[in-house]
Order: sequence, then structure tokens, then C-alpha cells
Amino acid sequence: MDSTTIAQPSPFETLVPGMTIHQTTADSPAEQEPGLVIEDLNAYYGAFRAVKDVSMAISLRSVTAIIGPSGCGKSTLIRCLNRMHEVTPGARAHGRVLVGGEDVYAPDADPVQVRRHIGMVFQKPNPFPMMSVADNVVAGLKLAGVRDKQRVAEVTERSLRRAALWDEVKDKLHVSGAALSGGQQQRLCIARAIAVEPDVLLMDEPCSALDPMATLKIEELIHDLRESFTIVIVTHNMQQAARVSDRTAYMLMGEDRAGTLVEYGSTRDIFTNPKDKRTEDYITGRFG
Amino acid sequence: MGEETGALPAAQPAPLPLRRFTRGAAGGPQTRRLLIDRATTVGVVLCTAAAVFVLSAILLHVLANGAGALNLAFFTERPLPIGEVGGGVAPALLGTLMMVGVAALMGVPTGIGTAVYLSEYGRGRFATLVRFTIDLIAGVPSIVVGVFVWAVLVRSVVGHFNGLAGSVALAIIMVPIVTRTVEEVLRLVPDTLREASLGLGIPRWKTILAIVVPTAKSGVITGTVLSMARAGGETAPLLLTALGNQFFNFDLLQPTASLPVQIYNYAVAPYDDWHTKAWGAAFVLIVVIGLLSFITRRVTGGSLRG
Repeated sequence: MDSTTIAQPSPFETLVPGMTIHQTTADSPAEQEPGLVIEDLNAYYGAFRAVKDVSMAISLRSVTAIIGPSGCGKSTLIRCLNRMHEVTPGARAHGRVLVGGEDVYAPDADPVQVRRHIGMVFQKPNPFPMMSVADNVVAGLKLAGVRDKQRVAEVTERSLRRAALWDEVKDKLHVSGAALSGGQQQRLCIARAIAVEPDVLLMDEPCSALDPMATLKIEELIHDLRESFTIVIVTHNMQQAARVSDRTAYMLMGEDRAGTLVEYGSTRDIFTNPKDKRTEDYITGRFG
Repeated sequence: MGEETGALPAAQPAPLPLRRFTRGAAGGPQTRRLLIDRATTVGVVLCTAAAVFVLSAILLHVLANGAGALNLAFFTERPLPIGEVGGGVAPALLGTLMMVGVAALMGVPTGIGTAVYLSEYGRGRFATLVRFTIDLIAGVPSIVVGVFVWAVLVRSVVGHFNGLAGSVALAIIMVPIVTRTVEEVLRLVPDTLREASLGLGIPRWKTILAIVVPTAKSGVITGTVLSMARAGGETAPLLLTALGNQFFNFDLLQPTASLPVQIYNYAVAPYDDWHTKAWGAAFVLIVVIGLLSFITRRVTGGSLRG
């Protein structure tokens, strides 16, 4: 089937009126070059297993959404991808996460290096209040030792432009990062994350603290950033997942309170023709 | 109940005027609430006035009694023996500045380092032990600190009274103050900032030094200033370590004068002239500590508020 034609109306589309589904030219995940591969990932908080046996292959330069009800482990999962999970005392993870063929959890892997190549944007915008807007953008660079002023200035402007923030802040690059509005702060955090040129950009519910206008701007931004970064976004908003992602993964908390991957496929398939009944129940609102 | 047209029955208008919002309209509970409100405000203002009054009284009393001693010679000359007129507290002023300065160089980094450990790394029993020890040191009477440093640095290492021992004693007193204040403030830095920094691939130690501590800067400054103010006024430990000196001394390995000790010496003497000088020195001490606080805040970029 030609993937660019609009799908035939199915019972699911009519049950979820008004939902626009991102048109993607990609088909099954296996056909694209993998940007990030997760193999048998398990994550624990002490003795409690929060994420169980998750395996998925994420394509290079695509947007993958992870959806699911509260507590299903989606934030834990995404934090495992850049080894932020283990920062919490008592937390650990086992499994393999391959980026460009290299395992993030290899015994000789350095979490600091991992995080330089896998960036993260958090739920609540967190610019450094003691730094100006410009200093925030290049914080990752400067603290890694980059001193060349010209390069720093170039990266500042380029990152702010790519984050669709340049026009709004170019005259106030020296105000405190915390003096911007919520939506601007989050775009500043995105600029900061992309300034270090990561391979993968992780976004943990980046819009949940923002108003609809700011959310829209960020969704447009994600669409643009897709050309350069592999993006994984956790969202509790199904409509957002449908609008923004090429592929969607549905997670659910099992009987043992561990989160598992129920279904993973193209966004269109997930929202119009899910294979698993649990996915269908969630999409149509019967559950969660 | 409705009309034939299906319209809702007209609402009954409330009797006018209502005056539900007027202050004290209902009498009883509302008036009592107002009275309690007012009484509390008055009480709080009275407490503030009492505090301000006491502080002003001290300052004015000291100034009134010591004004007679304040002249240029007071600030530039050394104390003169009994019977001779004139002289000043310059060596003591210098000694206080030197010893508090050296004490700060020793005590403030130690205090900040301990606070960073307790806030950023400390988990489990060792951290609890450290916290307990710091609280214990905070409670040790300053004269006991003096006796300890006397035994270790005056009797043993150096062999005679010296200003360095005085600095060490002051540093020991300063550390718990700095640690407690800075630890509190570091804890107030939101975890989201640490996460943001770690997420950028910045190592933990750099996150602490470049992000967390600078965010807590004003608290660090407050801790430093508080500890220096306390150190500047301590007398007992200095009596046993630095002893005092009637002459100018720039060598910390020799007995060194200090303002609190000088005040003590002047105050216990039977001469009125010296009593006036004691009041004058007390005034100088208050002003010096105030200036130290002010300058520290300005130089390190903190605000003038707390």
C-alpha cells in the first residue's frame, strides 16, 4: 500500500474524531537505518522493577512517541536511554541501548560521554537562573572547555535559530535565562540541548507545563528538528503523539507493576489499526 | 412549576440592601477576627521595635561613652603604658583583621567543602556522623576551643603564644557556622538544575562547582559573613592563643593583639581614661565587623540584603 495515501476511514478514526495523524513516508521500523536500538532493557528502583524487557528499534532521524497511562514506566524508560535513570540513588538498569552500534551500557562506557551524545529536555523548563540566555545556550559547550569566542557566538545564534527562539531573544541575550516566558524557557532548553550536537534528543513530556500556543510552537519545532536528530518523546497526550511522531510505542503497567512495551509501530497503524486489544482500549479511551 | 411556554420561573429578587460585604457587618465572629488581626499586627510591630530599640541602644550607648576616645591617634597609634596620655588601638585593629582574615581562609573553604559533601554526596551513616560532629563543634564553648588550640599549637608546635593559633581557634569556631548555612542553601537549589546540567553531559563535580554552588551564592556569602562576624568578636580563645600585644606585630607566629582582647584589657583596668578607650574600641569593633560584612557582600557580588 502506498503509505502516502490517506488511510481508509476505519472504526478507530471515527471513534477518535478530530485527531490528525502525522503523514509519514516511513513504513515498518525495520526498513530504516536504526538510530537507537533498545535490547531487553530492565530498570529498577532498588528491588522494584519499573520497566520490564523492553526492546525496540528506533529509526535514524525520526520522531518516536512513547505513550501510556500514568505510572507505566515511560519516563523511566526514556531516562534509561541516556543513563539519567541511575542518577537517582538506588536506581539501576540492565540491558543494551545501542546508538550508532555502541552500547550505552557497555562496562567501559562513561555516562558523562553518553549524555554528551544523547541530549534531554525535561518536563519543567530548567534554564540556569544564574546565567544569561546566551550563556545558557552554550553552557554545555563552555563547561566542556570550548573557549573559542567566535565558535561560541556562532553556536549560540545557530542553536537559537534552530530552536525558533532567535528572533524573540536576539535583543536580550544577556537577561537571565529565567526571565523568559515558560514557552521561551523550554525552547531555550531545547537550544541548549541541541547546541552540543547530540545524536539523539530525548524529550520527557516537554509540553505538559506549557500553554497550547507554546505547545504548538514546540511541536512545529520538533517537526523541523526531525531532519537533524533522532527524537524520542514521552507524552501523556495521545493527540500530540499522533500529530508529531512517525512511530508510536504504547506502554502499560503489568500485574507486577512493571512497565512493558505492548505495541510499537507506525503512528498511523497504532491509531487506526492497532494489533493489540490493550492498545485499542487505550486509544479509544476505554482505559487509561 | 414552569409556565406553559416552558420558561423557568422568575427568580425571587433578594431584599435590598444586603450589606454582606461590609466590614464588621455581621458583628460577632467577623469583628473578633478583625480584632485578633489587628492585635497580631501590633504585637509583631512591637517585637520589631523592641529589637531595633535594643540594637540602637547598644550602638548609641557605646558611641556616647567612647566618643571621647575616638581621634586620629586612636586609629593609628599603639597603646601607651599607664600614666601616659594618648595612644590607640591600631595594633589591635590590625591584629583582628589579620587573624580573622587568615581564619576565614582556613575556615570558609573547609565549611563550604563539608556543606557540599553533606548536600551533594552524603548518604548513610557517615554523613549522619559528620552532621552530628559539626553540630557538636558548634556547641563547644569558645574557651574550650581556646584551651585545645593552646595545648596543640601554643604549648607544642610553636612554643609560645602566637597569632596563628588564634586564627586556628577562630577557624574552628567558623566552620560549623559556614557548613550549616551553606548546606541549607545548597539543599534549596532545585534538583531540576542538577538534572539539566547532568543531561548536558557535564560531570558531577563540575555540576556542583559551576552550577549548584553559584546558584546558592547569596547563601554562601551570608554564611561567610556570619562566621566572620562571630570570629571577629570572640575573646576567650584569643586570650589563650594570641594573648595580645602592645606593639605592632605583622608576624602571626608572635603574640598578636586583637580588638576584643584589647577591650577586655582596657575595661578591667582601674583607669577612667582606659575605660573610655574600651568603649571606643568596642565601637570600632562593631563598625569593623559591619564594614567587613558590607565589603564581603559587595566584592563577591552578593546583594546587600541577606
